[in-house]
Amino acid sequence: MKYALLIYSKPGSHEALSEDEYKATFADYLTLADDPRCLDSAGLQPVETATTIRVNDGQVLTTDGPYADTKEFFGGYYVLEADDLDQALEFAARIPAARLGGAIEVRPVMEYES
Amino acid sequence: MLASLIGFLGDFDLAEEAAQEAFAVAAERWPREGTPANPAAWLITTARNRAIDRIRRQRSLTAKTKLLDVPEATMDELPDNAAIKDERLELIFTCCHPALAPDAQVALTLRALGGLTTEEIARAFLVSEEAMKRRLSRAKNKIKATGIPFTVPDDHRLPDRLAAVLAVIYLIYNEGYGGRGELAGEAIRLGRLLAALMPDEPEVHGLLALMLIHHARREARFSGEELVLLGDQDASLWDARQLETGHTALARAMSLRGRGPYVLQAAIASLHAQRPLDWEQIAVLYEELHAQTGSPVVELNRAVAVAESRSVQEALEIVDGLELDGYQYFHAARGELLRRLRRPGEARLAYERALALAASEPERRFLKRRIDELSP
Repeated sequence: MKYALLIYSKPGSHEALSEDEYKATFADYLTLADDPRCLDSAGLQPVETATTIRVNDGQVLTTDGPYADTKEFFGGYYVLEADDLDQALEFAARIPAARLGGAIEVRPVMEYES
Repeated sequence: MLASLIGFLGDFDLAEEAAQEAFAVAAERWPREGTPANPAAWLITTARNRAIDRIRRQRSLTAKTKLLDVPEATMDELPDNAAIKDERLELIFTCCHPALAPDAQVALTLRALGGLTTEEIARAFLVSEEAMKRRLSRAKNKIKATGIPFTVPDDHRLPDRLAAVLAVIYLIYNEGYGGRGELAGEAIRLGRLLAALMPDEPEVHGLLALMLIHHARREARFSGEELVLLGDQDASLWDARQLETGHTALARAMSLRGRGPYVLQAAIASLHAQRPLDWEQIAVLYEELHAQTGSPVVELNRAVAVAESRSVQEALEIVDGLELDGYQYFHAARGELLRRLRRPGEARLAYERALALAASEPERRFLKRRIDELSP
């Protein structure tokens, strides 16, 4: 099964790390991305760069800022091929943001029949 | 039977439907053709074949195609009972997976392993049958959609996951202890099943012992409608056989060097069921339990034991250091200690706080009596 591991980071948590800690953390993210079961991954630019759009009756409404006004912000994701939820949860627990005050939401990816 | 089918089919709903169909076929055939030599194997084989038929009919469910490669078992080659894989343990761990909401874990466990009907579970938890049906089907859908595995967790995950299973069984027991006795019985049955399936896990025997020893004293907890305190209980009302079974389970846990929270609670319950009460030893065990759990409620219980074994003043000092203001028994225990220290005014206030928080009628009556006795 495919799972999306959605990373919600605590604001400032990564910036607060010392340079060495930051390097080590960054290396952890890359190690996870290099796992052969990892199909795709991305880290997003800071939340200040977000632009949100809506389309109402064909009219595009553009606003500055992220869609959800939450404390933790959506910071990136991994897409993982795993046998079951337990494997996906185990992988998720190794994502640095989880131990830096953030949280990882694990959701199965919709699979369409071709 | 259901566990074996779910293990084979990987699908709760399909397994339930197949089991029902197999029973229907049996009800029709057995009276006519005689009961087969091995009814359980016959039912499982029939149910499996029915399920495979059903999957064949719904070929669009491509995820299930691997099952179509399984050759259809014929009635001539029935497995004997020993060869039918017992997959109840896998089923318990699936039902109690932490990705499911706690109330869903409880309902699913009772449905799949406890053998209660949806209606019975709904009644026990005071919700409508419709609501319980929805809760169960949401849980089953989540298992399927998210790929919650049908396995016993590996060694490194086992302690956490087993703790979750034990918590579900104990929760069911406590629901029953509060009055709905059929749930307490069901929890004990589940505890026995788990102890048989995991004979080397001390905490499993500890939980079983805890439930049995508590349950053995249920008749003595009330005199008519009135609550009876532990020290005043009539030991002749205890269920001696159940107490004995509980002590055997506790001995088994101890021989496995168990010293976890359920084993300790069972050991304390066992001391509660001895006369005269050994409050000194009870206080020691509560201290050990508190070191593991950090629970202020455990400290409160230790204070009660200290009041009996050492000094009431020392007990009050422990109690006054606890932050349990919203907890009925904190105020009740404080009231009792203050009463014994001959501080009736403060005792009365504490009992009144307890009364304001008490929900059960017998407890309310007990507290009111105490308050009346302390009135000038």
